[in-house]
Amino acid sequence: MLASITELLGQAWVLTLLKVVCVFAVVMPMVAYSVVAERRISAWIQDRIGPNRVGIPFTNIKLLGLGQPLADGLKALVKEDFTPAHVRKVFYWMAPAVAMVPSFVVLAVLPFGSMLGTQKMVIADLDVGILFTFGIVSLGVYGVVLAGYASNSKYPFLGGIRSTAQMISYEIAMGLAVVPVFMLAADPAWQAELIDKSTAWSDYLNDTGLLNLSSVVAYQHESILDWLMFKQPIAFAIFLIAIFAETNRLPFDLPESETELVAGYNTEYSSMRFALFFMGEYAAMIAGSALMVVLFCGGWTLPLGDFFNTPAQSLGKGLVHIGVFIAKITVFLGLMIWIRWMLPRFRYDQLMNIGWKRFLPASLANIILTAIVLWVLNS
Amino acid sequence: MEGTLFNIFAGLAVLSALLVVANPLSRNPVTSALFLVTTMISISGLFVLLGAYFLAAVQILVYAGAVMVLFLFVVMLLDLREAARRKLNLVSLAMGILAVGALFLVYKSSLESTYGEAPQQHEVAEEDQTEAKLVKAVGSTRALGQALFSKDKGFLLPFEIVSVLLLVAMVGVILLSRKEPG
Repeated sequence: MLASITELLGQAWVLTLLKVVCVFAVVMPMVAYSVVAERRISAWIQDRIGPNRVGIPFTNIKLLGLGQPLADGLKALVKEDFTPAHVRKVFYWMAPAVAMVPSFVVLAVLPFGSMLGTQKMVIADLDVGILFTFGIVSLGVYGVVLAGYASNSKYPFLGGIRSTAQMISYEIAMGLAVVPVFMLAADPAWQAELIDKSTAWSDYLNDTGLLNLSSVVAYQHESILDWLMFKQPIAFAIFLIAIFAETNRLPFDLPESETELVAGYNTEYSSMRFALFFMGEYAAMIAGSALMVVLFCGGWTLPLGDFFNTPAQSLGKGLVHIGVFIAKITVFLGLMIWIRWMLPRFRYDQLMNIGWKRFLPASLANIILTAIVLWVLNS
Repeated sequence: MEGTLFNIFAGLAVLSALLVVANPLSRNPVTSALFLVTTMISISGLFVLLGAYFLAAVQILVYAGAVMVLFLFVVMLLDLREAARRKLNLVSLAMGILAVGALFLVYKSSLESTYGEAPQQHEVAEEDQTEAKLVKAVGSTRALGQALFSKDKGFLLPFEIVSVLLLVAMVGVILLSRKEPG
């Protein structure tokens, strides 16, 4: 009895570990290649060529420059890891790691596919998925702040200070923007109906709470008009822009802002430590895009008939769903890269004005509007 | 499993809480603030073990993610070289330990008078399952929301009063931090 229980526990652990490894194995190359994409797209936009030379090492095969991440990674690894004399050492060593971790932890609660076999394609199917996500996203600021403080020089410090104010301001707008999403999606009526309708859905939604992210995906599966980006356009716009601010991407890259602060919080960093910040930024972009796909764009579903919008009961279908999810993320990554090379940076006071005087009231108004609409519809 | 996790989180919480106030290696206020963050995160781990997922998430979101970031913000802006130079005061440390010990004794005796001498051992059987379900029902976000917001049997009035209190505090801060009256 006891032996079989421990065996079962072992299997659950093994499966979870396997999922973690797989997600990591997919996300790391995505990070590497979004860097390449960034450089190539920026080159196209500025009428340059961009990195197109590095192919397979020791051969003449160029593969459109797809070997670039290998070269970049090798460069970062073998470069001298220089620690300036004036830094606060412990914080200085800690900051890059702290910057990397939260974006990966967020991925743990995102449903990246329907089912493979009997396994739901999410690492941790939390009841409070969305709150957990916001909690972890809010920890992302520590990496930047610590880097700014640890560097013990003026430009990084200013970058760190800006980052705190910026992230806290936009987190509030982001959190409030998501409330209407759950006012629509966290309704037990449709979930009960869906569970009655088919066994695939009842297996998938087995015992999940209504703040769960897979439940939001299920809510949007029927048609493209169910996608919350069309049902909640204001919430979607605020959330999208807040994600830009949270990932420190242009037009919100004031913590870095190389024209005034040299390189902001990572001025004093070089080689692999700098690369860690860089990877952290792209991992955060991927996590943010994945969050947007799950909350507003139907997650792994596509409104193209049963094959795409019911949970998979075969292996091939499950893999296709994961593919759909990754494709949707790629669209958002492309959007983020595109916007970076299209818009100028905000001034600091503009940033604060937008966050507090535009987005905060707009998201509150959106909550009230949604409440009124729901009230009228239900009465 | 749960026992081990409890020991890890509780140990971490106590250890890092101690390092917030009495860190022998560094008297830097930023270090203290960061250890306070680890304390918060460990406490949220304890909430998870109790099945209160909502509280755990909110603990991280509000305390670790927002309050502590603002603390850091302020600590970094102030000139704290003097605070960093201040030596660890053994007398105040001893007094602190005394106070915490006394508080612990009061807590322990009040627990014992309520639940009897030894806490009851949990039966590992079907009972455990119903208990798990109960914990889930009590700790779930929905149950919490219903307890807070339902009019007749909930805590709607206290909740509203607390929110008005917070509003008062906020207005007060704005009034105090304004430079010229008017």
